[in-house]
Amino acid sequence: MTRSTFRRVRAVALAGVLALAMAACGGGSTGGTGDSAGETAAPPAGGTDVQAALRKGGELKIWAWETSLKQVVVDFQKKYPNVKVELVNAGTGNDQYTALLNAITAGSGVPDVAQIEYFALPQFALSKGLAELSPFGAGSLDGTFTPGPWNAVKQSGGIYGLPMDSGPMALFYNKKVFDKHKIEVPTTWDEYVQAAKALHAADPKVYITSDTGDAGFTTSLIWQAGGRPYKVDGTNVTIDFSDAGVARVAATWQQLLDADLVAPITGWTDEWYKGLADGTIATLAVGAWMPANFSSGVAAASGDWRVAPLPQWQAGSTVSAENGGSSLTVPQAGTNQALAYGFLDYAAAREGVQTRISQGAFPATSADLKSEKFLSTEFDYFDGQKANEIFAQSAANVASGWSYLPFQVYANSIFNDTVGQAYVDKTTIADGLKTWRDASVKYGADQGFTVK
Amino acid sequence: MATTSRSAPVIDARPPRRGTRAPRSWTGWWFAGPFIAVFALVFLAPIAYSIYLSLFRTRLIGGTSFVGLENYLRAFEDPQFWAAAGRVSLFLAVQVPIMLFVALLVALAIDSGRLYGTDFFRVSIFMPYAVPAVVATLMWGFMYGSQFGLIGNLNDTLGITLPDPLSPQLILASVGNIVTWEFVGYNMLILYSALKVIPTSLYEAAAMDGAGQIRTIFAIKLPALRGALIVATIFSIIGSFQLFNEPSILQNLAPNAITTYFTPNLYAFSLSFSGQQHNYSATVAIIMGAITMVIAYIVQLRGMRKAG
Repeated sequence: MTRSTFRRVRAVALAGVLALAMAACGGGSTGGTGDSAGETAAPPAGGTDVQAALRKGGELKIWAWETSLKQVVVDFQKKYPNVKVELVNAGTGNDQYTALLNAITAGSGVPDVAQIEYFALPQFALSKGLAELSPFGAGSLDGTFTPGPWNAVKQSGGIYGLPMDSGPMALFYNKKVFDKHKIEVPTTWDEYVQAAKALHAADPKVYITSDTGDAGFTTSLIWQAGGRPYKVDGTNVTIDFSDAGVARVAATWQQLLDADLVAPITGWTDEWYKGLADGTIATLAVGAWMPANFSSGVAAASGDWRVAPLPQWQAGSTVSAENGGSSLTVPQAGTNQALAYGFLDYAAAREGVQTRISQGAFPATSADLKSEKFLSTEFDYFDGQKANEIFAQSAANVASGWSYLPFQVYANSIFNDTVGQAYVDKTTIADGLKTWRDASVKYGADQGFTVK
Repeated sequence: MATTSRSAPVIDARPPRRGTRAPRSWTGWWFAGPFIAVFALVFLAPIAYSIYLSLFRTRLIGGTSFVGLENYLRAFEDPQFWAAAGRVSLFLAVQVPIMLFVALLVALAIDSGRLYGTDFFRVSIFMPYAVPAVVATLMWGFMYGSQFGLIGNLNDTLGITLPDPLSPQLILASVGNIVTWEFVGYNMLILYSALKVIPTSLYEAAAMDGAGQIRTIFAIKLPALRGALIVATIFSIIGSFQLFNEPSILQNLAPNAITTYFTPNLYAFSLSFSGQQHNYSATVAIIMGAITMVIAYIVQLRGMRKAG
């Protein structure tokens, strides 16, 4: 259930081109945030090289699909008049990665800056496609960003991107449906299963949520439950779906599937939007970038929905996980890396952040997440609820130690071939995860990794 | 007279000017050249490049290495590839006969001249072919929806539970239904144009011999349609083996029913675009191309032999 998948569906509808982008997402949205004047506590931009490069100027080619960057580019050029920026939408998610990999392989046409989602970053970092940013002063930004995104851009000791946005998870729920059937909003996943049963019993047309198998969602749940199935050390990769966190997610979700409590509606389809609007789908556990999608895609249900903290695996705890989000990176083949880093710093850690928040993005910078104006923003769609308080709390509670595979893009693409089969009663989630693991191991070994 | 007497000697008796051999005439090449150039560029070169690609292996770690026929050996042992090939073969065996039979019925009905509004009927049957496959699939995908689509509406209105067309058990039939809808008109047109060229004298002779409509169909029309039917069959075989648009779009709605290796083309696409396995993807494409060629050729040979 991610934004790139959503864009994929749209792309198909419009252009008839199939993109295989799966999982996490860039871009986001806290609809109607207004401008937040939270001060950005970033230290001075980069090293002296970067400052010199910014003064000297030059040309920058940026590949990104995140829409709020347009205004950032305009402001950036105003501040540094010698820099000429060309912002190119080279496709969303996988489309762009394919183009970028091709450009890197061909050794020509590589952009100076590229947007890359967190789950795809390791693949590029590992294949030496991206420049390590410490020499430009990225290390000094330690503490500027929330832990989840910051850990995601750090790969094998280096920093390979600056976090642009983030997707700390929360539970969006249709208050009208819960009120009508007098059911409490769940605070744990066990309560969630109970609520699913109660809702469906009260009205057979209502489902607690919709799910047809989404790798980004399942891995985020595992992340929250404490599972750490992927361990990556250079080219040594371990994939192990046997820890307790994974088992917990599999068992809980299996209960929902067995009792047919999950609507078989795939995310980002027309049916899905209808289901969110008419109360068929009662909750949605997803990243904090979701609100803008609600106000644009589910406008009819404005006022019905609210935000609650993500249900917990243990009553009383406050653990969260990331779902989506992307970073800005500097490809290794770029010719003006210092200048490129200057833009990254501007867009991800300095003035650009404010611009992007005012355009509806959900930031990854700690200072903005703490700023009063940001936190007190009232969301019209959620009937005036100050949803950012919940999102910011979730961002602070993201569990550490998670890593994605250096070939997560492919692994996610075969999620429905394997785990997805549990959704059509051909296997169980636990067995599907085993098949997924085996297929991922095989692919990793094929690609030259040492996989266990 | 004057013209012929002046020009004739010029052509036949002029001795070679340079050397002892006649200068080569390039006139033919001027005509064939543009075609050959384009043919080589857009047809031969990609095939050659695919074959070249299929002999290598590129890894994320370790780069590119020459592996000879290893990719081909891997494909022959790849259950996913054979599952895909088997699926389109089943599709071919079931959907193509149904589609061609319907097309034949419609063509004969229109040709019989006993229908009112023949032109309207013909155009409306042909119309789906003018709808892009992507649009057609999106439209059908909406109707197949068991929550909010046509199926869902029928379930609600009639209080029944129809089988879900997007379930793994029915998805192939649902794709077949879309393809049939799209291509009946096209095949009908091929068959109808073949019927149109049958000389009316044959019908007159048959009528004089006392043959009715049915007898005329079996004695005159069907034998005359053999060539067109073979052409339509070969197109359909190629179309079946290349099945891609419909499943790849329905995949958005039914990601668990349509796997990434649902058809060979979808498999090659997934390997290449999400797996970065361009070499193996090229191998799959070449093998599938070869299988398609062989089967299409066999059908053609059999068709010709029977005709002769």
